[in-house]
Amino acid sequence: MMYTPHTDADREAMLRTIGVKNIADLFQDVPAAHRFPELALPSAMTEMEILAELQALAWANDTARELICFLGAGAYNHYIPAAVDAILRRGEFYTAYTPYQPEISQGTLQAIFEYQSLIAGLTGMEVCNASHYDGATAVAEAVNMSHHHFRGKRPKVVLSPAVHPQYRDTVRTYTQDSDVVLVGDQGEVDPTANPQALLPLLDDTTSLVVVQYPDFFGRVFDYTDLAKAVHQAGGLLCVAVNPLALGLLKPPGEFGADIVTGEGQPLGIPLSYGGPYLGLFATRQEYVRRMAGRLVGETVDNRGQRAYVLTLTAREQHIRRERATSNICTNQGLMVLAATVYLSLLGKHGLRQVAELCYHKAHYAALRIASLRGYSLWSNEPFFNEFALRCPRPIDEVNDFLLDQGILGGYALGRDYPDFEKVMLLAVTEMNSKEDIDALVDVLREVSHA
Amino acid sequence: MPEHLMCELSVPGRVGFRFPKPDVPLAPLPEGLTREQLPLPEMAEVDVVRYFTRLSQLNHSVDTGFYPLGSCTMKYNPKINEEAARLAGFAHLHPLQQVETTQGALAMMYTLQEWLKEIGGFAGVSLQPAAGAHGELTGVLIIRAYHTSRGDTQRTRILIPDSAHGTNPATSAMSGMEVVELRSDRRGNVDLQALRSHCDDTLAGLMLTNPNTLGLFDENLAEIIRLVHAAGGLVYGDGANMNALLGIVRPGDLGFDVLHYNLHKTFSTPHGGGGPGSGPVGVAAHLVDFLPDPILGILEEGDEEEDLPPFYGFVTPPRTIGRMKAFHGHFGMFVRAFTYIAMHGPQGLRAISDYAVLNANYLLARLRGTYHVPYDRICMHEFVLEGRWADAPDIHALDIAKRLMDFKFHPPTNYFPLIVHEALMIEPTETESKETLDAFADTLIQIAAEARSDPDLLKTAPHNTPYGRLDEVKAAKELVLCCVAEYTR
Repeated sequence: MMYTPHTDADREAMLRTIGVKNIADLFQDVPAAHRFPELALPSAMTEMEILAELQALAWANDTARELICFLGAGAYNHYIPAAVDAILRRGEFYTAYTPYQPEISQGTLQAIFEYQSLIAGLTGMEVCNASHYDGATAVAEAVNMSHHHFRGKRPKVVLSPAVHPQYRDTVRTYTQDSDVVLVGDQGEVDPTANPQALLPLLDDTTSLVVVQYPDFFGRVFDYTDLAKAVHQAGGLLCVAVNPLALGLLKPPGEFGADIVTGEGQPLGIPLSYGGPYLGLFATRQEYVRRMAGRLVGETVDNRGQRAYVLTLTAREQHIRRERATSNICTNQGLMVLAATVYLSLLGKHGLRQVAELCYHKAHYAALRIASLRGYSLWSNEPFFNEFALRCPRPIDEVNDFLLDQGILGGYALGRDYPDFEKVMLLAVTEMNSKEDIDALVDVLREVSHA
Repeated sequence: MPEHLMCELSVPGRVGFRFPKPDVPLAPLPEGLTREQLPLPEMAEVDVVRYFTRLSQLNHSVDTGFYPLGSCTMKYNPKINEEAARLAGFAHLHPLQQVETTQGALAMMYTLQEWLKEIGGFAGVSLQPAAGAHGELTGVLIIRAYHTSRGDTQRTRILIPDSAHGTNPATSAMSGMEVVELRSDRRGNVDLQALRSHCDDTLAGLMLTNPNTLGLFDENLAEIIRLVHAAGGLVYGDGANMNALLGIVRPGDLGFDVLHYNLHKTFSTPHGGGGPGSGPVGVAAHLVDFLPDPILGILEEGDEEEDLPPFYGFVTPPRTIGRMKAFHGHFGMFVRAFTYIAMHGPQGLRAISDYAVLNANYLLARLRGTYHVPYDRICMHEFVLEGRWADAPDIHALDIAKRLMDFKFHPPTNYFPLIVHEALMIEPTETESKETLDAFADTLIQIAAEARSDPDLLKTAPHNTPYGRLDEVKAAKELVLCCVAEYTR
C-alpha cells in the first residue's frame, strides 16, 4: 500500500510472532455484524493522478492574488517573505508534536520562547501563551479566563458591537450553557458610537469589556479612558488586535489592557480560505496562572546549559482534567513558528515599514474614493488600513460589478448590521499598488454612474 | 553549546527584509496613536535562516526518526500533502470571497465532508472545529442543545471513563456539565455496573474513547451504548484513536451519536510541533440540525448530461449551536486530508488500520515478558506497558523514556493513562517497517537489562542528546517567560 513498508514476508513473520493466522484475527473484539464494512469511496489514486485533480480544483478558484484584493474583515492579503515557508517546510519542525520531551524538542521550545518575547513586546504585555486557534476563540478564552478570575461572581461581559461579528458569535457559542451574560452588542450600544458609549454598561457585576483595535470598522481609538473606567468598576479590559497594525500603533499595554488577543494571520500566514490561522493571547504576569494554553519558560539542563521547557502545566487539561483553565491541547504550533520567523525577518524596521505602507495606501484610497460622487467615508475617526465606505448601491451589486473587472471588493457590512446595507468595509495592504487603487477608484466611479 | 536568543544576536541597523518604497503620497500619521518603540530583532535574512535551521536540528521529528507517542498517531506525513495545500489556487483564497469564485475549494470541502460521513457512518459532518479538543467542545455543546430542545434541561451529567484523555473532562466542565468518572474493569473495559448506577434522567451522555487509551476495543461496547441510550443519554466518541478503525468498523453503525475525527492523527496532516490540528465532528441523523454554523451544502444541483457541476456554498443548520471559530475551519488541513484519503481509497484505508494494528500487536508480542502488560489482550493500534520492575526499584517509566532518547527514539507517552502505574503507552503506526519495530523492541529489552545491571545509566539519561534533563522546578519558580527587556535596553 501507499505508505506502509511491509513486504509479504514481513507480514507473515509478524503474524507468526503474534500467534495469529491473519490480520483479520486481530479484530475479534469488533462486533461481527458491523466488522469490515465496504466503504463507498472512490478507488485509490496515485500521486500523479491526485495532483492533477487538485490542480483542477485549485484552478477553479479565483484567488486574492489573481484578482486585485480589497477584502479584509479579519483576514488580510499580505506578502510573505520566502524564508518563512522555507523554515516551515523543515520536517524537524512540522513533523514534531507538542514538546513534552524537552531534551529532544529544544528547537520548538526555544522558537516558542522567542514568539512569547516578540508578541509580548509587540502588544506591550508581560506574558503571552502559544497559542489559541484563531482571533475568535482567543476572545472566547479571554471571556472564560475573566469569568474564572472572578470565580463567576461577575457574570457580565460587555462586547462592543464594533468587535468582529464572528468573534462575538464564537463567544456566544462558547458561553451558551454558562452563566456568563453578554451585553453591549444587542442593540444597547450604537455601533457607530465611540468607546465612551460602553461606559453606562459597566457595573460591579462586569468581569470583562472586549473591544477591538483597530475595531471591525477599521477605526483606531485610544482606549486609555475606557481602561481607567473598566478598572474603576473592578473589571478587566480585553483588546483584540491586528498585530500588524501594532508595527505603527501604540501597543494596548500602554493604555492599560489586561488581556490582548488577536488574529495572527497577518504575520506571515497565508489566507488559505480561512485557516489555519493563529490566536494571539497575552496578559499581565499577575494573571498568568489563570491563562490557558501552552507556556514555555527558561531554565537550565543538568549540564548547566540554558534551555526551555513547558511550564505551569498544572493549569492544563492533561494534569488538571475537569479543573483545567481550558480544554485546549493541540493549538497552532506551526503558525506560531510562521509568525516568529516573519517578525524576526521584518524586525524593528520591516514591521514599521509594512505597517506604514498599509496605512498610506489605505489613506490614499480613502481620500480618492471619498471624492467620488455618491461615496463617502462612514467615519471620520483615524483608521489604519481598513475603512468603511458608504456606497450609492447595495454592496453585493457593487461587488459583482468590481468582480467583473477583476477586483475583489470589500466586505458587505449589511450582513451583520442590517442598517448598513450600503456600507462596505475596504482593506488596503502593501500588496495593492497605486495602479490597483486607481483601478478600484475608476470602477467605483462607473458603478455610481451605471 | 546552547543557542543564543535573537535578542542576543540582534545588531542595530541590520535588516532582514525590505519592502518597496511607497508609491502613493504619504498621509500624516495619527497623532498620539503611534508607538515609540518596537522591541523586535534586527537581523540579516541569512542569520534568521541559520538560527531557525539550527533550532530545527535540536528537534526529534517523524522525518528524523521513530516517534511512537501513544494516542498521537505520529505516522509519516506524505510530502505531496504539503505541495497540495500550497497550490496557489488554495493558499491565496480569502475566506470571505464570493462563493462564485471559490467553487473548487468548496467542492473539495464538500467532498471531504461526505467522505468523513462515509468513513465514520454518520449523517452529518462539520469541518469547522480546529482540533480534537475543539471538536469535543462542539460535540458536547450539540449534546446539550439536543437535550435542551427536548425540554430535558436536567441532563447535565457526563460520564467519562477513568482511562479518558484529559481533554474529555476539561471539555465537559467548559460546557457547564458535571463530570462523573467511570472506573474501568479488570479487563480494561468500562465497568458495566458502575455505568448502570449512573444511568438515570440526569444523564446527558457518555464520552468514550474506543479503542480506549489502553489500546483496547471495549468488549461490551454494544451493551454500553444500549444502556446509555436506554437512559436517554447520548454517546460521544473521542476519535483520537480512529487509526485503528478505518474500514474496520464505522462508529456510527455501532450507535455513537457524535464523534470527532483528528485529521492530524488519522489522516496524516502534520502535527506542526503542536498544531494546527483539525477536528471535524460527525453526528447521527437526530443531531444534524444542531451542527455548527456553517456546513457545506449544494445550493444548486448540477447536471451530468450538460456537464454542469453542482453549485456549492455554505448552509446554516436550522438549530445550530452557533459558530465555533471564525471562518470555515482549517482549510489547509482539509486539502491535505483530502489528498491522503483520495490516495488510499477504501482498500487503502483498511490497510492503514490493518497495519497499524499489526505493528502494535507485533511490538506487544516482542515486549511481553520483558515488560509487564497490565491489560494483556490483543490490542488495537496501541498498547500500554508498565515501566517498572520489582528487582529494579529505583527505575521509573521516566527513566526508560529518557534512556530511549540515547538511541534516537522518541519516548512513548508516559504516565498516561492514569490507571496504569508507570505507564508507557506505545503507538507505532502503520508507516513503520519491521526493522524499525525490531530495533525499538531490542532497545527496550536492552534498557530493561540495564535497569538491573546499571540503573544509574537510566537515572542520568539522556547522554547522547544535545541537552540533558531539565530543571522544571526552576522554570516554574522563576517564571522567565520572555526576553522583551533585552530589546529595549
